[in-house]
Amino acid sequence: MLLEAKKITKRFPGVLAVDNVDFEVYENEIVSLVGENGAGKSTLIKVLTGTLKPDSGEIYVNGEKVSYHSPLDAFKRGISVIHQELNLCENLTVSENIFLAHELVRGKKKALYSLVDEKTMRRKAQELLDMIGARFSPNTYVSDLTTAQRQMVEICKALVKEPKVIFMDEPTSSLTVEETRRLFEIIKRLKERGISIVFVSHKLEEVKEISDRVVVMRDGKRVGELRKEEIDVDTIIRLMVGRDVEYFPHGIETTPGEVVLEVKNLSWKNRVKNVSFQLRKGEVLGFAGLVGAGRTETMLLVFGVNQKDSGEIYVRGKKVEINTPMDAIRLGIGLIPEDRKLQGLVLKMTVKDNVVLPSLKRLSKKGFILNEGEEEKVSEEYVRKLSIKTPSVYQIVENLSGGNQQKVVLAKWLALNADILIFDEPTRGIDVATKAEIHRMIRELAAQGKSIIMISSELPEILNLSDRIVVMWEGEITAVLDNRERKVTQEEIMYYASGQRKQNRGDIR
Amino acid sequence: MKKWKPKGFRELGPLLAFVILAVFTAILNPRFLTLFNLQSLGRQIAIFGLLAIGETFVIISGGGAIDLSPGSMVALTGVMVAWLLKQGVDVWLSVLLILAFSLGVGAWHGFFVTKLKVPAFIITLGTMTIARGFAAVITKGWPIIGLPNTFLRIGQADFLKIPIPVWILLVTTLISDFFLRKTVYGKHLRASGGNEIAARFSGVNVDRVRIIAFMVSGLLAGLVGIIVAARLSQGQPGVGGMYELYAIASTVIGGTSLGGGEGSIIGAIIGAGIISLLWNALVLLNVSTYWHNVVIGVVIVVAVTLDILRKRLASK
Ligand SMILES: Nc1ncnc2c1ncn2[C@@H]1O[C@H](COP(=O)(O)OP(=O)(O)OP(=O)(O)O)[C@@H](O)[C@H]1O
Ligand SMILES: [Mg+2]
Repeated sequence: MLLEAKKITKRFPGVLAVDNVDFEVYENEIVSLVGENGAGKSTLIKVLTGTLKPDSGEIYVNGEKVSYHSPLDAFKRGISVIHQELNLCENLTVSENIFLAHELVRGKKKALYSLVDEKTMRRKAQELLDMIGARFSPNTYVSDLTTAQRQMVEICKALVKEPKVIFMDEPTSSLTVEETRRLFEIIKRLKERGISIVFVSHKLEEVKEISDRVVVMRDGKRVGELRKEEIDVDTIIRLMVGRDVEYFPHGIETTPGEVVLEVKNLSWKNRVKNVSFQLRKGEVLGFAGLVGAGRTETMLLVFGVNQKDSGEIYVRGKKVEINTPMDAIRLGIGLIPEDRKLQGLVLKMTVKDNVVLPSLKRLSKKGFILNEGEEEKVSEEYVRKLSIKTPSVYQIVENLSGGNQQKVVLAKWLALNADILIFDEPTRGIDVATKAEIHRMIRELAAQGKSIIMISSELPEILNLSDRIVVMWEGEITAVLDNRERKVTQEEIMYYASGQRKQNRGDIR
Repeated sequence: MKKWKPKGFRELGPLLAFVILAVFTAILNPRFLTLFNLQSLGRQIAIFGLLAIGETFVIISGGGAIDLSPGSMVALTGVMVAWLLKQGVDVWLSVLLILAFSLGVGAWHGFFVTKLKVPAFIITLGTMTIARGFAAVITKGWPIIGLPNTFLRIGQADFLKIPIPVWILLVTTLISDFFLRKTVYGKHLRASGGNEIAARFSGVNVDRVRIIAFMVSGLLAGLVGIIVAARLSQGQPGVGGMYELYAIASTVIGGTSLGGGEGSIIGAIIGAGIISLLWNALVLLNVSTYWHNVVIGVVIVVAVTLDILRKRLASK
């Protein structure tokens, strides 16, 4: 056994995050850790890798009892971690990041005044990048890399000290299908080299595909373990949630009405090219495409975050100028952004303050004096609806688990009660049960007459929820597909997402 | 759901320090408790406190915002109001004109910071030297004296034994604390400081929020300029030296984080209280004036460090 943890308990004010959990990692295995948002996965990982101190419990590495004082202690013993939120210095190059705090120096002893051996570092970085099959230079600045590439840098960083175990906390949540496949190849290659992997993901199909063993957590406790031959998505869900979950909502019928939003020939830099589409009252309009196809950029123009170079926007038949998000919100448009930490949340504020932020004017007395009671009521309502796991609405958002933070972003825009809602990757990092809940909510909102745009890189999500599907490729719309009968296929979307153009793109109902 | 609410009076640490310091001084020199001394202490607190309130708004607004101009603005507005009065302009009209002017200077800072993206440090540093320079230009280095009595009352009279500046501070504190904690503006201010991008995405007009914060700071600097001129019975180009730094220190002692996003008006007032009390105590205890700056500097560093350590322990 490489790593063994016994009876680990970790408590936060108002939350028992990890409750008496045993966990072990054997040689040469890929073990998945699954559980709902807030089940305690990240906390357990932080304890095992020296970021958090457990309140009680023991950790053994190679049979030897250890007590870590810092992540560096764990790292030196061969325990590496890639956290849920990537931690790279964007202003440094790839090789500088890989060797950060482990710089190679000239001379024997390393001190702060030692000369850094850039050349060897670059060569070693190149070796590591080659080993995992990354195709960018160690001299690239991290700020120029995509999420998937940054993850590869994190992996190299974890490999610097020849680790025995690498913990990966939701590495695939913002990767495309293709990128995930590449990551899995890397993981398998690492396993061949004798490195064990602990893998966390809410995408259970992936878990099934990659794991040798699955450990399930619920409410801070370890509730089960599945060996390779027992692994099955439904079994995992039952252990995680305690009941069956219906994946996609059925029978929530929508009746698309008049056009509420029309975009004509929108262009921006080289990223959005002549984009035109219509959104009807009471429909879900899915936006599919590869990452970088310009879907998010298009919506940032509609929402006034960026200013279009040319093109026109009509809301309810009237031509409008949207220069700031404020203008958009006034017109009844809400945007649930992709990047929760950067665009979605004020991390140091409470759940309540975040949820009501866009709706403050409406909730306050005379649009000016805060109405705490009303704010509390509204935020509690959405905490309940979205089952956000928090001791109260007065918790600081930073202290919530990743998935629950994402839910707060959703709550914020649902509370605004906008007529036109733009969801950008709404279920990224969200557990199965809540995901199903959000899917149902999206359909219901449309059935109630709201108009919904949903960008998603998960094809099943697009195919099952959308009434019509817009496919984008390199900043252009290549197809608009009618999906009222739910007949569009993955292949069809992939075909247009790779640049094939649908002829006769006229407006299809 | 449980009503779990974080509680505790955040300003407790600084308040305790203030009380201990006061008791200590009173024991060592009973003259501390004379009406005359308490009144003059009150006026001093009013001056630093008003500036600290403005600084609190600016610092909370985030993006590294800070206002370095208040000290010099106190000198300039003091000189300007004295000059106006000497020209025979009506007292209240002069006061209004000065307040409007200082509001404008604040808006000017806000405009540069938000629209032209000039760092707050730089644009207010500019005003700091420019204002000090103009004050000297207007007076040619000499104080302007012989101001009307109605005007002097602003700085020197009492009501119910409490000096007028203290009343002004009280009213300003109540209003600004209300704004910060109870209004949409206050929440927008904290959101802008906490995460500017998320605030923009939420429809907060971050630029306007910040400009208003600078305007508050400017306005209060003008108000203090008037009070100081009235208190000294003259327009003096040399007053207000380092006031901005005392105001910033008061704000930070009171628990406002320089990173923006959080802060408290009451804390800032207590911070101003501590610094003013120190001045007062050093005089009463006959400490040589040469030592004053040394002591104050040390106290600022110790107070802020202790408070940060206390908070860190509390959140463990
Ligand atoms: N620093 C903290 N302070 C207070 N509570 C915390 C803190 N960190 C985590 N928690 C709480 O502990 C619980 C477990 O959180 P954790 O991040 O481990 O969940 P998770 O299983 O990783 O969830 P997700 O799938 O959403 O990432 C949550 O209820 C969370 O709110
Ligand atoms: Mg997590």
